[in-house]
Amino acid sequence: MPNIIVDGQTIEAKDGANLLEVLLNEGINVPYFCWHPAMGSIGACRQCAVVGYANEDDTRGRIMMSCMTPVSEGARFSVNADNAESFRESVVENLMLNHPHDCPVCEEGGECHLQDMTVMVGHRDRQYEGLKTTYRNQYLGPFIGHEMNRCITCYRCVRYYKDYAGGDDLSAFGSRDRVFFGRAESGVLENEFAGNLIEVCPTGVFTDKTFSKHYTRKWDLQTAPTVCQSCSLGCNTYTSERYGEVRRVHNRYNHEVNGYFLCDRGRFGAGHVNSANRIPQAGIRNSDGRYDPVDLETALSAVSDLMSSSDGLIGIGSPRASLEANEALIQLVGEENYCNGMTDNECEMHQVILDVLASDLITPAMAEVEDYDAIIIVGEDITNHAPRLALSIRQSIRQRAGELAESSGIALWHDAAVRELAQAEKSPLTLLTPMADRLDDVATHSIRLAPNEIINKTIEITNAVNDATPSSAREIAQTLIEAKKPLIVSGTSLNSPNILKATTNLAIAVAQHNPETGIFLCAHESNSVGASLLGSDRSGEALLATKPNTAIVLENDIYSRFAEGALESIDHLVVLTPLDDSTASQADVVLPAGSFAEAEGTFINSEGRSQRSMVVFKPKGDIAPSYQLLTRLAGHAKQASTLRSELAARHEALQPITSIAPNEQFRIAGSKVARMTHRSSGRTAMSADISVREKRQPEDQESALAFTMEGNQQQAPAALRTYSWSPGWNSNQSIHKFQDEVGGPDRSAVDKRPLFEQTRRLTPYDISVESEFDPGQIVILQQHIFGSDPSSNEAEEIASLIPQPYVRMNSTTASSLALTHRGGAKCRDIEMMVLVDDDVAEGCLIYPSIPATTALAGVASTDFTAIEGWIAPSEAVKASLITTDGAR
Amino acid sequence: MTLNLATDAPMDSLTEIEIGEIEREIQHLPDRQSAAIDALKIVQVHRGWISDNSLAAIAQLLGMSVDELDGIATFYNLIYRQPVGENVILFCDSVSCWLMDGEKVCKKLSEKLEIEFGQTSADNKYTLLPVTCLGDCDHAPAMMVGDELHHDLTVDNLDEHLK
Amino acid sequence: MSDRPLTKNIVDHEGPTGIARYEARGGYSAVRDTIGKLDPNAVLDIIKDSNLRGRGGAGFPTGMKWSFVPKPDGKGHRYLVANADEMEPGTFKDRLLMELDPHQLIEGMILSAYTLSADVGYIFIRGEYHVAISRLNEAIAQAEKAGYLGDQVSGSKFSFKLHVHVSAGRYICGEETALLNSLEGKRATPRTKPPFPQVSGLWGRPTIVNNVETLCNITHIITYGAEWFRQLGRGSDGGTKLFGASGRVKHPGCWELPMGTPIREILEGCAGGMADGYELKGFLPGGASTDFLIAEHLDIPMEYETIMQAGSRMGTGTMIILDDRACPVGMIANLEKFFARESCGFCTPCREGLPWVQQVLDKIEVGNGSDSDLGILEKQASFIGAIGNTHCAHAPGAMEPLTSGLKYFRDDFINHITSKSCPYSTNQSAKRGVS
Ligand SMILES: Cc1cc2nc3c(=O)[nH]c(=O)nc-3n(C[C@H](O)[C@H](O)[C@H](O)COP(=O)(O)O)c2cc1C
Ligand code: SF4
Ligand code: FES
Repeated sequence: MPNIIVDGQTIEAKDGANLLEVLLNEGINVPYFCWHPAMGSIGACRQCAVVGYANEDDTRGRIMMSCMTPVSEGARFSVNADNAESFRESVVENLMLNHPHDCPVCEEGGECHLQDMTVMVGHRDRQYEGLKTTYRNQYLGPFIGHEMNRCITCYRCVRYYKDYAGGDDLSAFGSRDRVFFGRAESGVLENEFAGNLIEVCPTGVFTDKTFSKHYTRKWDLQTAPTVCQSCSLGCNTYTSERYGEVRRVHNRYNHEVNGYFLCDRGRFGAGHVNSANRIPQAGIRNSDGRYDPVDLETALSAVSDLMSSSDGLIGIGSPRASLEANEALIQLVGEENYCNGMTDNECEMHQVILDVLASDLITPAMAEVEDYDAIIIVGEDITNHAPRLALSIRQSIRQRAGELAESSGIALWHDAAVRELAQAEKSPLTLLTPMADRLDDVATHSIRLAPNEIINKTIEITNAVNDATPSSAREIAQTLIEAKKPLIVSGTSLNSPNILKATTNLAIAVAQHNPETGIFLCAHESNSVGASLLGSDRSGEALLATKPNTAIVLENDIYSRFAEGALESIDHLVVLTPLDDSTASQADVVLPAGSFAEAEGTFINSEGRSQRSMVVFKPKGDIAPSYQLLTRLAGHAKQASTLRSELAARHEALQPITSIAPNEQFRIAGSKVARMTHRSSGRTAMSADISVREKRQPEDQESALAFTMEGNQQQAPAALRTYSWSPGWNSNQSIHKFQDEVGGPDRSAVDKRPLFEQTRRLTPYDISVESEFDPGQIVILQQHIFGSDPSSNEAEEIASLIPQPYVRMNSTTASSLALTHRGGAKCRDIEMMVLVDDDVAEGCLIYPSIPATTALAGVASTDFTAIEGWIAPSEAVKASLITTDGAR
Repeated sequence: MTLNLATDAPMDSLTEIEIGEIEREIQHLPDRQSAAIDALKIVQVHRGWISDNSLAAIAQLLGMSVDELDGIATFYNLIYRQPVGENVILFCDSVSCWLMDGEKVCKKLSEKLEIEFGQTSADNKYTLLPVTCLGDCDHAPAMMVGDELHHDLTVDNLDEHLK
Repeated sequence: MSDRPLTKNIVDHEGPTGIARYEARGGYSAVRDTIGKLDPNAVLDIIKDSNLRGRGGAGFPTGMKWSFVPKPDGKGHRYLVANADEMEPGTFKDRLLMELDPHQLIEGMILSAYTLSADVGYIFIRGEYHVAISRLNEAIAQAEKAGYLGDQVSGSKFSFKLHVHVSAGRYICGEETALLNSLEGKRATPRTKPPFPQVSGLWGRPTIVNNVETLCNITHIITYGAEWFRQLGRGSDGGTKLFGASGRVKHPGCWELPMGTPIREILEGCAGGMADGYELKGFLPGGASTDFLIAEHLDIPMEYETIMQAGSRMGTGTMIILDDRACPVGMIANLEKFFARESCGFCTPCREGLPWVQQVLDKIEVGNGSDSDLGILEKQASFIGAIGNTHCAHAPGAMEPLTSGLKYFRDDFINHITSKSCPYSTNQSAKRGVS
């Protein structure tokens, strides 16, 4: 660790860091724009200037960019030197020449990095008298607004979008003082991680359109730390509310999970909380089949009546509901009458995941995936099914570049130099998938196989690990055994337990060569792993086979999950759900469950990490967290923390859930943690149109957070922090003030203990492929980032990107079924467009897992028949092009 | 046959000659995309300018996105992303020509053709563009008409240079 | 042995030198005598010893630059690039060399590539140089046919493929790292150094970029030796140099003269002095991005160090003469308009600062300047002007004529502001409006 001298003070610098990082680590405020902790340095903005001195005798020094300056023992710098200060001021002054100064109407105002830096350098008076450049803005899709006039040309957007996220439809156009950042033509940004542009852009060029529709300044939002519910990865988010509506979701830094970035499903999918499809109130079905809205008491006593008169009562839990809610259901119906709400198949798949998590095989944290230098993905559509992981895998292929850079003496943060050096060099990434994949562009081996062949291929590769006979399987096996850290990835998107088993066997084989071997299996839903722990031994089908006549269903759309027949015996149905779905429409009593934003809960993600999601705002009317509804039914209103302790007492593996975040007794110097900022200006005015008396804020008995602006925020531990803010740093860039070192873990992150012992040695699974797939006709449900998650589908903007029904196959399959490209096909009365695409494995028919196709479960390829003379609605063509185009 | 679903839309395809010339450039480059500028120039030689459709066709041939290729195309001043006249006049507006009254000559030219920098004459014969020093400073002022260099220009001899 | 080795084949009215005439005059004998016969390291020592300094503008010692290239690792190509972008306003020397003696450049490149173990070469040439492009292509074909290019050059194990890359415009492409990006088919944004192109250049491989004139010298140095080359210079810099003069001189032109020739000899001897009716007011010694010098500097020899001491740079060695009837403010405004237009747009001081400077200069020139404008110019000049403040040398170069202009022609600036008009305006052709 070299010691450097900055303005006379000796600082111990981190090895290999650049000066800007070192200074920020030291708490010294150095302004910057183009540098980003996750993207390194390029030296474009020239904002981070300091003075560096050549040697002892050098008194004048010269201006250098701290982000481009390596640190070495004894090096001397000044941040405060007059010329450094005036240079930094000049940079902002010049950046402002063409900036419109439209902060009052800009969505970024109040949390704008450009504002912060402008104040930081002390630039105030404008001398420039010329005209400002103006640009035409583009339509970039339903998520992201574009306001080019605000651009300061830091190049962060294109670097993030192209280099980091692998998108190819955003570019820098033109040159000189007329550089335009956008698309060649207006249109939806295609990358699944485009939303991060909003946070990556240091000013207001890329803004959150979904937020702009009901905009509120950052300081007037009420925010809580939440965990994304849109897939099994559990990215950390901040969800913000005003007037009882969720206004926006943005990234909550978690060093080990999502780092600085989210996927667009997670960021833009929370609109379901405000959806017109919410169950606003309890309802009881009357004799003509319609629902009478009733007050909660009435509904609860109706449920009690049903329960006591039932002839076989079961509770169907949910892999989408929190541990607390599932536990409350268990306590209500008894463990023997509870199932976690998964199908047989799902239980079997998730059992493999549990086995792996509890075994001595290493499951890395999502962020650690970036460190693996050879990866194989077996039959999992990462980008559509566990999106954020794809972004990590995309970074991992740069391991090879890192090695090259190291051997050439180029620092890794030297982003452009490393890319120029490495060019197309990438670490091995093998994809075994039935169709084109979004990661194809970074893959070294993309192999298209039908699911049964994927299993066979995986077995072949597993055998080739210990068999040096040259073969294509050996070639892939070799990439894994030659790697420093090989990673084997799979998941549940093809719905095949055998794929997971074969993958695990491969990991076991590779791990025998290299103890660093990692395995990452993607579960299906936000709490699939947690729900599995509560009872993967009994599936929904198994419990339903006992022919119960009454079921209490917790946040689970069982009518689309299970085959119709399985539910035949149910005469009385009680449903707790936030959204009106096909199950709610069958219920006798519907109870209005709180959405994720209205209910505290603990969720276990694919890595086996338990995380707490906090309540953002008190729900309207009778809406209440499911666990509260259930405990009230059980006659004891229990707090979430009580349920957790009771659950942990029964399940040893769940011990850590009680300590991952402080519970409701936690105080900082006697205060709770405020959900609103101390600048919150609206409370007194918010309801002034109704009454000028300030409304009493609701109290939160359930957590250490308070629904007010009073309270401590700055010192809150990461799990309770409600927003990121630090003096002088009003934007999300303030996060470094909470990190031990820039880009490192949060200083106050508590208890990262893995949930599992991780000691058990796994023995390879027996695999019988024949039973699972009929090789002749394989119908595959394709996951869609926008379309396959029932909650986020309710968000209007996500809904607009759900593809029209289609069926996709290669030309051989198409001709055997007499289907033609862009023609129509019909299956069970659902019409869809035929896409003939030779990047689909032989014999596979692929249709999307979207609401419009739920009725297609279990069909065979021969069920798809051509519709003569069908003309695709032009909208359908467009929509399916955007969302089904895989990797181009 | 693999269908590229994204590019089913109608698009001017490149001629065989153009493709041949581009492929020849690619041969001495390590990857196709490195030929981006060569390809743009080749197509421009044949078509005068690079239309959106030409751009899309080139992007497809090189296996890159339109957005990326357009980002490159718009960087360079000799790639024309708008139609130009039969002859492009590149008039040097750099310092040696300026010292030799280049501005006066250019103004005359501009009046004569009734166009400003960036415009094309009504008869579509000429497009007038400014250009950086043509390396002909000892014969300033200078301009290029098409591929031909014209120098020692004066207000009076302009006509001779425009045939 | 000639005392004008670079232009000895360039004879008025003879037209371009084809391979036959080139060989007849001793051309390619250095290739035949060196390739496979002399150890590349020995050749490198000769170049180092010759004290040849780069003719592209910065004057960096060529031998030293070459010695940073790592040893061949057998892992891929190594590149040699001739920088034939020549877009520096007021510069017209490389075009002459390429149009009239293309084989000289090719032979220089073959020998340089041999020395550097480079197997692929590009001549990066600006698109407007149609004549040079076709003559180079023709000459390359001739040299290939004669076995000087391609596999097994001149019967040795060394192979060298040479291609002409025709650029699509933009002055910044001349900056060597921007040039590399452009050759890679990308936007021509300069790269950061380090890493230097010698280590990680074209497609991440070792690459040397040299100016055309620099490369043309190589053959002669190898043929006649380092000592001969050093002696060609009249002072401490070795060799000859193409010097030029443009503006209101009697005979504008370009001449090969020994390094260290005093400026007066060039301007008065070769260029015949100022044109009738014009007086010398100042001059840029080596292209648009060098500082003004004035009459008092006329007796300085054209050498890297002496020009530097006088407060300017040798640059490309082609001088631009400001006469007493042209407006210095107008000239500087013209220069800054060029620099602002040619900024690549990557870094803030250059991208935003130069257009502001241009606007202020235009304003002053048309008589709309105010007292505070000089302060803005000075502040901007110090903001943009220092190497290190910007990402590449474009913007600091742009500030050289401005900073020195403010020093030498300050009265002119003040006159514009106080008289609210351009004192030279009768001589000015068109008036620029404030854009
Ligand atoms: C903005 C800019 C433009 C340049 N243009 C040219 C050019 O057109 N030709 C050239 O040879 N060098 C040019 N240079 C210098 C090159 O970067 C580089 O130093 C030179 O090609 C090296 O060759 P040499 O060592 O033989 O001089 C330019 C430099 C800058 C900063
Ligand atoms: S100084 Fe900066 S903006 Fe200007 S040309 Fe160089 S890198 Fe580009
Ligand atoms: S942050 Fe250092 S130059 Fe932009």
